[in-house]
Amino acid sequence: MSGSRDAILGAIRKNHIQGERPRPAVPLFDQAAPADLKALFQKSLERMGGKILIPDATDPMAPVRQAFVKPGPVVSCVPEFEGDMKITPQTKPTDIAPVEYAVLRAAFGVAETGSLCFTEKQLHVNTTGFLPQHLIVLLDPAQIVYNLHNAYQRPEWLQAHYAVFQSGPSATADIEGVLVHGAQGVRSLSVLFQP
Amino acid sequence: MTAELHEELTDPHAGEQLDHGAASSRPLKSRISEPQPRGAKIRGNRPVDQSEAANRFMAATEHEAMHDARLWDLRQKRDKEMHGIEEWEELRNLASGIKEHTLSKLDYYLELFEKNATANGIKVHWAKDGAEHNAIVLEILRSKGVELLIKSKSMLTEECGFREFMAKNNVEVIETDLGERIQQLDDEAPSHVVVPAVHKLRTDVASVFAKTIGSDPDNADAHYLTECQREATRPLILSAQAGMTGGNFVVAETGTFVVCTNEGNADLSANTPPLHIASIGIEKLIPGLNELPVFIRLLSRSALGSPITQYTSHFRGPREGGEMHVVLVDNGRSERLGMEKFWPGLKCIRCGACMNTCPVFRRSGGLSYGATYAGPIGLIIDPTFNVHKYRNLPYSSTMNGSCTNVCPVKINIHEQIADWRKTLAGEGEISPVKKVMMKAAGEVLASPVVYRASLPLGRSALRHLPHFMLYNKLNTWGRKRDIPETPKQTFNEWYRRNRKSQSEGEKS
Amino acid sequence: MLVEDKGIPMKVGLFVPCYVDMFHPETGIATLELLERFGLSVEYPVDQTCCGQPMTNTGCEREAAKTEELFVRNFGKYDYIVTPSGSCTNQVRNNMTAIEQTEAVKHVRSRTYELVEFLHDVLKVDAFPWAEFPHRVALHNNCNTLRNLRIASMSERREEPFSKPKALLGMVKGIEFADLTRPDECCGFGGTFSVFEEGVSAKMGQDKVTDQLKSGAEYVTSSDSSCMMHQEGCARRMGVNLKYIHIAQILNGARA
Repeated sequence: MSGSRDAILGAIRKNHIQGERPRPAVPLFDQAAPADLKALFQKSLERMGGKILIPDATDPMAPVRQAFVKPGPVVSCVPEFEGDMKITPQTKPTDIAPVEYAVLRAAFGVAETGSLCFTEKQLHVNTTGFLPQHLIVLLDPAQIVYNLHNAYQRPEWLQAHYAVFQSGPSATADIEGVLVHGAQGVRSLSVLFQP
Repeated sequence: MTAELHEELTDPHAGEQLDHGAASSRPLKSRISEPQPRGAKIRGNRPVDQSEAANRFMAATEHEAMHDARLWDLRQKRDKEMHGIEEWEELRNLASGIKEHTLSKLDYYLELFEKNATANGIKVHWAKDGAEHNAIVLEILRSKGVELLIKSKSMLTEECGFREFMAKNNVEVIETDLGERIQQLDDEAPSHVVVPAVHKLRTDVASVFAKTIGSDPDNADAHYLTECQREATRPLILSAQAGMTGGNFVVAETGTFVVCTNEGNADLSANTPPLHIASIGIEKLIPGLNELPVFIRLLSRSALGSPITQYTSHFRGPREGGEMHVVLVDNGRSERLGMEKFWPGLKCIRCGACMNTCPVFRRSGGLSYGATYAGPIGLIIDPTFNVHKYRNLPYSSTMNGSCTNVCPVKINIHEQIADWRKTLAGEGEISPVKKVMMKAAGEVLASPVVYRASLPLGRSALRHLPHFMLYNKLNTWGRKRDIPETPKQTFNEWYRRNRKSQSEGEKS
Repeated sequence: MLVEDKGIPMKVGLFVPCYVDMFHPETGIATLELLERFGLSVEYPVDQTCCGQPMTNTGCEREAAKTEELFVRNFGKYDYIVTPSGSCTNQVRNNMTAIEQTEAVKHVRSRTYELVEFLHDVLKVDAFPWAEFPHRVALHNNCNTLRNLRIASMSERREEPFSKPKALLGMVKGIEFADLTRPDECCGFGGTFSVFEEGVSAKMGQDKVTDQLKSGAEYVTSSDSSCMMHQEGCARRMGVNLKYIHIAQILNGARA
């Protein structure tokens, strides 16, 4: 196999395209960023099929509880809310399969695309992001960046082994273009702004 | 099988979400059931006859109409996204420049990726071709006793004939992308790089699922069919011992690879079983994280007209207790890098925008090309794999240039199509009929006297085009088109009669 | 106008492509008369044949060489070569590479203009006082003209909208434009594609005609005869009563 490695690299060196092709500088394209990133995030998330939960000033976790419209186990990865199921170091990825709702906190959000970033730090077990039927996500509005260029300046990329931008629920339109949520991953995704 | 319908699936407001990302922006429901036309006939190494298969696809009028409408809709949604991004053309320039830069130092970036990925606990393998790729993966699977592998969509594994190989070696492979799964269950290749079953009507899917996963043959509702597939696949995902993904982008400086899906199936495939193998073409490299957003911003907008894929997943190392392998595959890429005219095809990020916009593709169906890559990008990549077998493909284009201008990495696709025609003619890989006609045409058109003599004299009697225009005796022009009326005199005759003497008179 | 700036009339060579010569001499005549209205000295070299496009288009560059040589012999002496065809202009300007690139070849290649861009960019025409076309017209841009000669903005790109043919037609009294749903979609002619890939070509043509019909157009116009010959052929077979007219005729004052 090291033979193939050397053969491939050797062929590349022999066939390299001619001429200098300098590495372009990539701007952040964030000069037109609006002041209200929360509003832009909400608009983008809704376009991607996600929902925003209406906050409750007196009981901050009430919107989360109200979102449980179906019976079934709830797993929580946030200290603000206690679920039915505890994730321990022994929890296997497949143990998450029966979960109906997972409550997570996003590392940050991206206003341009309505994306939520999760890493293994927020997920505890990576499958909590997509084996449950539904996701309820807490997002600190202060942790919303404007666009994807800003997003890739964040520190998470150099810390996590697994990081995902989840932008709305799982979706497919593979049959005649008909939109169906929950093709393989979560069927719905709701976000509660919660510092 | 009765799928348990979650309430979201019967949501009466579902129709209001037609503006959503990947979906069609208007209902496209097919009206009648019509047998699905199959793809090009593959006869060993003989040149694929794309137009024969295209004619069969068009004869299935419901399929052709749906296919055209669906893909044109994606093109329009792409346009809408483009207009929403002020820096769109600058992003395309950047994407092209970044890819060209990386390809000019590909050895450096591959080694950098290998170093960083290895440091993070990823095992990196190198495969010179499809066979070696398959052998490497099989060895990894055997070392772990894997019998069931779940997999997300990858064009590279299509190149490698991966599923067929694994079937022979008693490893069951389950595709987890809905479209790809439909195609796998129907024993058919994907017809499009992003929407693999786009050539099928819902009734085709219903009949495939009825035969394979036991759905109701009379229920062709897309929600129902999707749910049946979810329910049938979920237990397989939970019991698989290994997962496989491709990789859309590989970030050399951080040792990260990125996979983009809408269904979340790559995350399921990668994170549920203890072993994750990613097969990645060596051209997928980019330098660093600063460059990544350029591509993430362009990919799904170009492909489906959605701002981003629902899932954009970044893998930088195995999770605790897990194992992660990356197989870097050449399979002709290093050789293509040395092709003076055709290396820019290596910039391709497999968004499928060129297919969506291609008027020939939309009317032919992707399977008519009889190759891993269909549509405009296929015309310029496929001959690099087998110049004889795919020698007709560069002719399946009007060279209208729309593909080049939607391409997010600015591949000069239509110019390369023209260059392929030249290359093929130069190498003798041109059909004899074309060669003979063009030789004759070249001789006629080189001589004003012969040319004038070839024109249809006594025109109203001879209602056919002159032979230098038709080039053959088949008279294909007249099958579905009327032949133009021939006027009393040509322009040349008119000029000689009305102006020639006059202009000569002026000169003297 | 250049004629006056230089003090000497420009010598313009008129190239009438084979399709126009044979089937639409009225387009050649309109082009000639229109150029003459602007005081240009226009000549039509009678020994001309073709630009070499059929062979080049098929990849047979070597077979195109003699035709290209003949083209340069016919047109080498003119200040400008003007033709009512965008795809032929594209062939000469961008693809005439089968022959040695001598000074004469370079001159011909850089001086060949499609009629609309010549009127718009070189002559900078600002009025056609003689022109009146009181009809609803759908405009078809040939793909080479659109995407290689850049005669108009294209829907694929994020760019300021512009259209040289529309700018010229806008100066014609009484004209009304009909909008197509897929204005930039190729009609399927594609040169030799129209005979080698006849099935897809005809289907694309039928779809184009249907779009034109639905737009409520009475006439279709274009600066390229070959596309229109294909479209008209499809329309006649479909029994559709659309009329096809070259832009040169409208600009030269045709009323119908």
